[in-house]
Amino acid sequence: MDFIASLIAASIRAGTPLLFATLGEIITERSGVLNLGLEGIMITGAMTGFAVSLLTGNPWLGVLAAGLAGMAMASIHAFFSITLKADQSVTGLMLVLLGIGLTGFLGRNYIGQVAEYIQPVNIPYLSELPFVGEAFFSHDPLVYAAMLLVPLTWFFLFRTRHGMEIIAVGESPEAADTLGISVEKLRYASVLIGGFLVGIAGAHLSLAYAKLWTDGMTAGRGWICLALVIFSGWMPQRAILGAYLFGGLDVLSFKLQAAGVGVSYHLLKMIPYVVTILVLLFSVMRKKEKFGAPSALGKPYIREQRY
Amino acid sequence: MRRLLIVAVLMAALLIAGCAQEEKATPKPTITPAEEKKLKVAFVYVSPVGDAGWSYMHDQGRQYIEKVYGVQTAYSESVSDADAERVIREYAEQGYDVIFTTSFGFMDPTITVAKDFPNIVFMHCSGYKTAENVGTYFGRMYQARYLTGIVAGEMTKTNKIGYVAAHPIPEVIRGINAFALGVKAVNPDAKVYVVWTGTWYDPAKEKEAALSLIEEGCDVIAQHQDSPAPQQAAQEKGVYSIGYHSDMYEFAPKAHLTAAVWNWSVIYAYVIENVMKGTWKSEQIWWGIDKGVVDIAPFNPIVPEDVQKKVMEEKEKYLKHEVPEQYPFVGPIYDQNGNLVKAEGEVMSDEELLSMNFFVDNVVGEIPAGGGE
Repeated sequence: MDFIASLIAASIRAGTPLLFATLGEIITERSGVLNLGLEGIMITGAMTGFAVSLLTGNPWLGVLAAGLAGMAMASIHAFFSITLKADQSVTGLMLVLLGIGLTGFLGRNYIGQVAEYIQPVNIPYLSELPFVGEAFFSHDPLVYAAMLLVPLTWFFLFRTRHGMEIIAVGESPEAADTLGISVEKLRYASVLIGGFLVGIAGAHLSLAYAKLWTDGMTAGRGWICLALVIFSGWMPQRAILGAYLFGGLDVLSFKLQAAGVGVSYHLLKMIPYVVTILVLLFSVMRKKEKFGAPSALGKPYIREQRY
Repeated sequence: MRRLLIVAVLMAALLIAGCAQEEKATPKPTITPAEEKKLKVAFVYVSPVGDAGWSYMHDQGRQYIEKVYGVQTAYSESVSDADAERVIREYAEQGYDVIFTTSFGFMDPTITVAKDFPNIVFMHCSGYKTAENVGTYFGRMYQARYLTGIVAGEMTKTNKIGYVAAHPIPEVIRGINAFALGVKAVNPDAKVYVVWTGTWYDPAKEKEAALSLIEEGCDVIAQHQDSPAPQQAAQEKGVYSIGYHSDMYEFAPKAHLTAAVWNWSVIYAYVIENVMKGTWKSEQIWWGIDKGVVDIAPFNPIVPEDVQKKVMEEKEKYLKHEVPEQYPFVGPIYDQNGNLVKAEGEVMSDEELLSMNFFVDNVVGEIPAGGGE
């Protein structure tokens, strides 16, 4: 039981940065903009958050700064892909290079420093419960925030006017345009909100999870989140499953090794991707009822232009 | 017009990113004519210098020779393997007299560039290829590992010691075995539990691996990664830890008992002196505690005096050459299956150490297939 409880706790911990970034990218992609720059935005958030916490002594200011830094990075993507109608893949990839390069350069003095970090909070009463207390109620506040964000994102996208408009813009920008919805404005908003969340994903890594800053510390998590968006079929409620599953498989190999079960960690690392491929196959076979990508994903919208 | 704008902004962005890279690659001091005869020494690092870890320790050595020998130094940090040849060549073209390349992946680029610059001295860290003007250097880190193993063996109460391992290559395996032999020397009942992360530098994963070991009852955590995340995990969970590369005390003052650390200034000083005297020749340097290249960090006061004394006595053996350099790899050594690898009194050769691909008998865990290349 202890093993399972600690595995769940660890999966949630490891899955939280993935969840933030995946939710952010879902909002972005729902508006029809593909942002491949997650890795670069996340690392920018990780460094900015750490630096601001170090300089101000307040990790929460760090989190806020990380979100804003993520937003700033995302705004570059928005400007290129929405205003200039540039190829979305190219600018997204550029963000990755930019983020890794800039944070490596700007963050060099923060390596090896110890900043104020976000303390875990044991939720009164609940955290004392056997099993579930350890598994679910002894995390840092950002973990709960990410959980809370799932229904919020769902509600925002599917139950609010702005959310529905974002989806409409992602599915059929010309139709939305005809209805008087500002495609550009909504896409900008989606990309910026997305960037904010991805930045916070980085802050969770450097301020709550690893509690330190090092060059390249996101270690490919941004790419994993792109797979997770597909895995979740652009649905927030599936993103939480995916994020915890991907996070869980990462830690499972350590848990099994520590418990003396001989497994190949290479094999375990592969599983999430195999699952993603299976989900993709499944979605293709089901003809994108619920699993499909937004129809206009990755296509710049130019008024009056036929695709 | 729009396309032009896109291209222009893209170029600007890439330029910014490029500049950030460039600054790293450009040697910082410019020389004044009066100093022109000074020996010029360049260092190529694989990771940022920062405040801890592998490159940081090399940079301490760089600063040492700059201060002591008055040589002019320059360095490039965060150089990728793919970019190494360009960076090394740049230094060579700028007329640097000695170039130190400090990552295993820089081995072939070093050899390649060295061919074109026969008058420049190249020293590659951790590799095995040499040439007329290329030497290699490394430290016998396993000696320091052995000493830290003694500390771990003494301090554990559960007799379960965790080891967060990076990649299954001989260097890492050698470190684990030396550590385990140290544990065994003082505590035959204790076992060393190994968890592989498959990373050198993913703090989140390394921390998680350490937490897994702690949850399984390990009360001392050792590591081979560059990041101090395992130290943090130990501190958070109230167990002990042993650092690596540099003194990691600051990251976990309550947990960090000691660390196995590098001191490259010894080798750098030796090389520079030889170059200055004109006596440099290509050789393969692999020095240990007796020369001071590897050592252990100051003990945390929570390590009892008698334990500290015991470790220092073992260290003395190296210093006085009472034991061979390969110690603790002196028989009898058994592998995990109980097979005798080295008979009583037999010493493992350097070659055997460099290609080590088995665990000694008090290690719990497996060497993943495909490792130990």
